[in-house]
Amino acid sequence: MKKGMSLLLLCLIIILTACSQSGGGNGATSGTSGNGGSSNAGSNKPVTLRYGIWDENQAPAMKQIAAKFNETHPNITVNVEITPFDQYFQKLETSAAGNSMPDVFWMNPANFPKFASNDQLLPLSDYIASNNIDMNNYPKPLVDFFTYQDKVYGFPKDFDTIGLWYNKQLFDEAKVPYPDGTWDWNKLLDAAKKLTDPAKGVYGIGAAVDSGQTSYYNLILQNGGYVISDDRKSMGYDKPEAAQALQFWYDLIHKYKVSPTIAQMTDTTPESLFESGKLAMYTTGSWEAVAFNNTDLIKDKVDVAPLPQMVKKATIINGLGNVAAKNGKHTAEAWEFLKFLGSKEAAEIMGSTGTVIPAFNGTQDLWVKSMPNYKLQVFIDALSYAVNYPISMDFRSIQQTDTEQLTKAFSGQIPLPDALKAMTEKDNAMLAAEKG
Amino acid sequence: MRRGDYTWAYLMIAPTMLGTLLFHIWPVLQSVYLSFTTWNSFGNYKWSGLDNYRRMAHDAEVWSSLGNTVVFTLITVPVGLALSTIAAVLLNQKIRGIPVYRTLYFLPVITMPAAIAMVWKWLYNGDFGLLNELLGLFSSAKVQWLTNPGLALYSTAAVAVWSAIGYNMIIILSGLQGIPSHLYEAASMDGAGGMRKFFSITLPMLSPTFFFLSVISIISTLQTFELVFMMIGANSPVIGRTQTIVYDFFKYAFLMNDKGYATSIAMLLFAIILVVTVIQFRVQKKWVHYE
Repeated sequence: MKKGMSLLLLCLIIILTACSQSGGGNGATSGTSGNGGSSNAGSNKPVTLRYGIWDENQAPAMKQIAAKFNETHPNITVNVEITPFDQYFQKLETSAAGNSMPDVFWMNPANFPKFASNDQLLPLSDYIASNNIDMNNYPKPLVDFFTYQDKVYGFPKDFDTIGLWYNKQLFDEAKVPYPDGTWDWNKLLDAAKKLTDPAKGVYGIGAAVDSGQTSYYNLILQNGGYVISDDRKSMGYDKPEAAQALQFWYDLIHKYKVSPTIAQMTDTTPESLFESGKLAMYTTGSWEAVAFNNTDLIKDKVDVAPLPQMVKKATIINGLGNVAAKNGKHTAEAWEFLKFLGSKEAAEIMGSTGTVIPAFNGTQDLWVKSMPNYKLQVFIDALSYAVNYPISMDFRSIQQTDTEQLTKAFSGQIPLPDALKAMTEKDNAMLAAEKG
Repeated sequence: MRRGDYTWAYLMIAPTMLGTLLFHIWPVLQSVYLSFTTWNSFGNYKWSGLDNYRRMAHDAEVWSSLGNTVVFTLITVPVGLALSTIAAVLLNQKIRGIPVYRTLYFLPVITMPAAIAMVWKWLYNGDFGLLNELLGLFSSAKVQWLTNPGLALYSTAAVAVWSAIGYNMIIILSGLQGIPSHLYEAASMDGAGGMRKFFSITLPMLSPTFFFLSVISIISTLQTFELVFMMIGANSPVIGRTQTIVYDFFKYAFLMNDKGYATSIAMLLFAIILVVTVIQFRVQKKWVHYE
């Protein structure tokens, strides 16, 4: 009995400590929220902001920016929190429901409408007006990405466009001149035919469909079509321009056989094929520059040219923005940090570390010069004909459907026109069900 | 026992029971409720009655995933048990270095499923994989292990079998060592050979072990997800021919952001597992021998 008594006591102690711990935790949070309520930009009470990002590669630059900010705002400490991209928005949405979002965080255009329309983001228009900040400091498409119902919610952070990366060594061996700004897709096809060598397992280009942004979206736009209508109520896949563009992409695999099959590109991603010298050309974004530059195998063997054109030039532009939580506890401090993130000084730190193209006009040069071995100016020049990344309230589900259908068609399981028809029907139904 | 002892007993198990109620039973009840709802973003959902279940009845994708899952289970469980038994019997001999062999067979069990999937994905690669490299010594045909629609499900099942052998083997091994040696001695006296002993003594004496293992492996195989997710992936041309019912759940919950429908798919799986397990417990009386 004595033994039982002491065991019971032990249990009680454990339970009590567990409770008091969580109680203490609650006390601490309510304590800080009390501070937050009374704090404003003028007060000097120490405040810690949480800054949510998803890219490990950019963490050093972000921490550098946070440290620089702390020099002028000694009372505000910024903690950089990294969540991998695959879980980032899932986690953000959950924490929004639990009212525990980071104070300041990265946002991408595809997810922005959902967060803005659900009233989760801090509107910045009033702050911007009272601080006399000129939004013309950033390329207009990027500002538009983070504008909802005429209100600005975010400062553009960086952007990316798509180019034609190519393997110089394979071009030299096949005695084909390097691609340049004058190329159209017929010229690319001619070159791809010469570059393809099935015996060596070398192909001209990779016609993958897992990412519209780096492939078929661009072709559809170049052919005069659209991915999503301006009113975001219907998709453009059933239009002849889109069908033609996708048919060309399809023919690269099935008719001309200058691309690996979908099965091959599933076993080994086009990126790995390109990096191991099995693909002569690969359409992908400016963000790959730093990855290629860090891969010794191909560092000096590859370069980049503008995307070839169809009836006109076009490339998808996408970008990131910094936004703040509407219900954050330190919105005044969050605004101060946002303002700094949107400044030229912060952009220069990003540009010189070479990871992404900073959005602030005039600082892009730093990025171009950070890797002089590539013609990176191509990505900046593309701004003049760039078209915004397609978005809707829940574009991720639409992309999932598109990839599913196109993969079936491109791997020969269903005819391409059937896939386009199914995509359009399913997507349009989802668009109709979206709210806002 | 005295009355007071019961009070103590309940107090002792209370922490565990509370945990079980809070973290197991309560979520199950919530899931039942959520399967009757439709979700929007930011955790908003509304009651939608039987909508999800009606939709599921007409969803060809769910039924084909169910078919894949059943085929996967019908291959993996029997083949896995048979191979584990052979491995266990072989490793029950007195040979040199037996702990080394046992460790080797058991290693996959303590390896992370994601790591297993990545290694096998590389072995199975159609262009550069080690398997095709070995086959290349005999023929020039390249087998698309993971991208041939007719083959991918079986390639995945093979990995599931491979990684399950270790665990099953250890359980069977302990079952083997629990068989009293006098039975074998008596059989030898009666002139029984090795094969006869195996089928007349070993297998019947192992039947409780087999029953336990078949219940456990059917339940876990019906929930196969990570191998399909890691080795095939959402963008593979063969995903339709390999996706399992839990993969469907994942797809609707996390790729399509349709959590209500996803939960109703989980409920379907729950019902299936329940029925299969009840049937197994009914049928066991016919074939399981308890000493």
